[in-house]
Amino acid sequence: MKPDDFDYVSRLLKERSGLVLTRDKAYLLESRLMPLARKRGLKGLDDLLALVRKRDAAVEKLVVEAMTTNESFFFRDNKPFDQFRSIVLPNLLKARASRKSFRIWSAACSSGQEPYSLAMILKEEGAKLAGWRIEIVGTDLSSEILQKARNGAYSQFEVQRGMPMALLVKYFKKKEENWVIDPSIASMVTFKEWNLLGDLRALGQFDVVFCRNVLIYFDQPTKSKVLHSISQVMADDAVLYLGGAETVLGISDHFKPVPGQRGIYAATKGTGPSLGAPTT
Amino acid sequence: MKSCLIVDDSKVIRMVAKKILQELNFETEEAEDGQGALDLCRDRLPTAVLLDWNMPVMSGIEFLRELRALPGGDAPVVVFCTTENDIEHIQEAIEAGANEYIMKPFDSEILQAKFSQVGLIDD
Repeated sequence: MKPDDFDYVSRLLKERSGLVLTRDKAYLLESRLMPLARKRGLKGLDDLLALVRKRDAAVEKLVVEAMTTNESFFFRDNKPFDQFRSIVLPNLLKARASRKSFRIWSAACSSGQEPYSLAMILKEEGAKLAGWRIEIVGTDLSSEILQKARNGAYSQFEVQRGMPMALLVKYFKKKEENWVIDPSIASMVTFKEWNLLGDLRALGQFDVVFCRNVLIYFDQPTKSKVLHSISQVMADDAVLYLGGAETVLGISDHFKPVPGQRGIYAATKGTGPSLGAPTT
Repeated sequence: MKSCLIVDDSKVIRMVAKKILQELNFETEEAEDGQGALDLCRDRLPTAVLLDWNMPVMSGIEFLRELRALPGGDAPVVVFCTTENDIEHIQEAIEAGANEYIMKPFDSEILQAKFSQVGLIDD
């Protein structure tokens, strides 16, 4: 690959998705884009990059999607979901008791495992949520990955990473080699194609936002910008989930860590959620 | 130290599982069928059992039912690890008292994820 091509593509990725691709990650271009080149009947990476440089919009989009698609597991890391079940949700049920509705956003949801995990948790709560209107929105910039999310069909490998077997037998059906999520869970999630770098306000206001393992791919100014946009679509007492290796400290004034709850952040503009943590 | 009994009629699978489990700081024991596993359990109950389904002499599911009937036999955490990958088998395993279920082929990541789900290891 010509150094010039690398610079061009990394600039495109930064502009469109915020992804920062440094030279030491150049191999990623090869491994992610070769399948794409082949699919389009091209000889190799150089031919594909030539199309990108001709500003072929369709190819540009596919390149950005291929480079930004990341792995996703059901109940990734367990702990955040335990926290959601035992702390965030009960708190929400109290705080929204009069309205009986709340909205959850899974940002950069990839193939849908995170919003579906949340949907299963809510479903398991059963009667407690009778009469509540709950919306789960999953967004990603890749239309292709969202199609997979909507289909709700996962390989045996995918359903084994993190999914308890009790939930697997309850909410999935085996269809040939795949496991397909039950319509009762699928219908709880709405998927939308959305770029985190754009204006988020049309998504409406959320009470819980999951944006885990997304910021790690951005540079500092982009992190700040995205956190600012996210804060604009959060209720005053809403909470934000970040990934284990991510923080708001030194990046954004719009959020503060919730004491005692690793990975959860509250908006500084609001009073913050009580979450049963010390309120000093 | 936590112990895990690996029950599988394939020597290769036992070796692979043993390597992964030792990296997770488990002391391991092996049996090549349900009967052998049951004999070991009568002697001393392990913390966990990684259990194949189809084996000669005594199958995994038969072993599990016998194990759960032993005094203290409800304590070991039993994780099936089998090529049986339909809902019916998983359901039957749950009813017999299995704690988790791995569908082969498996790798260290899946085994770790399952073991952490049932609290055998920390995340």
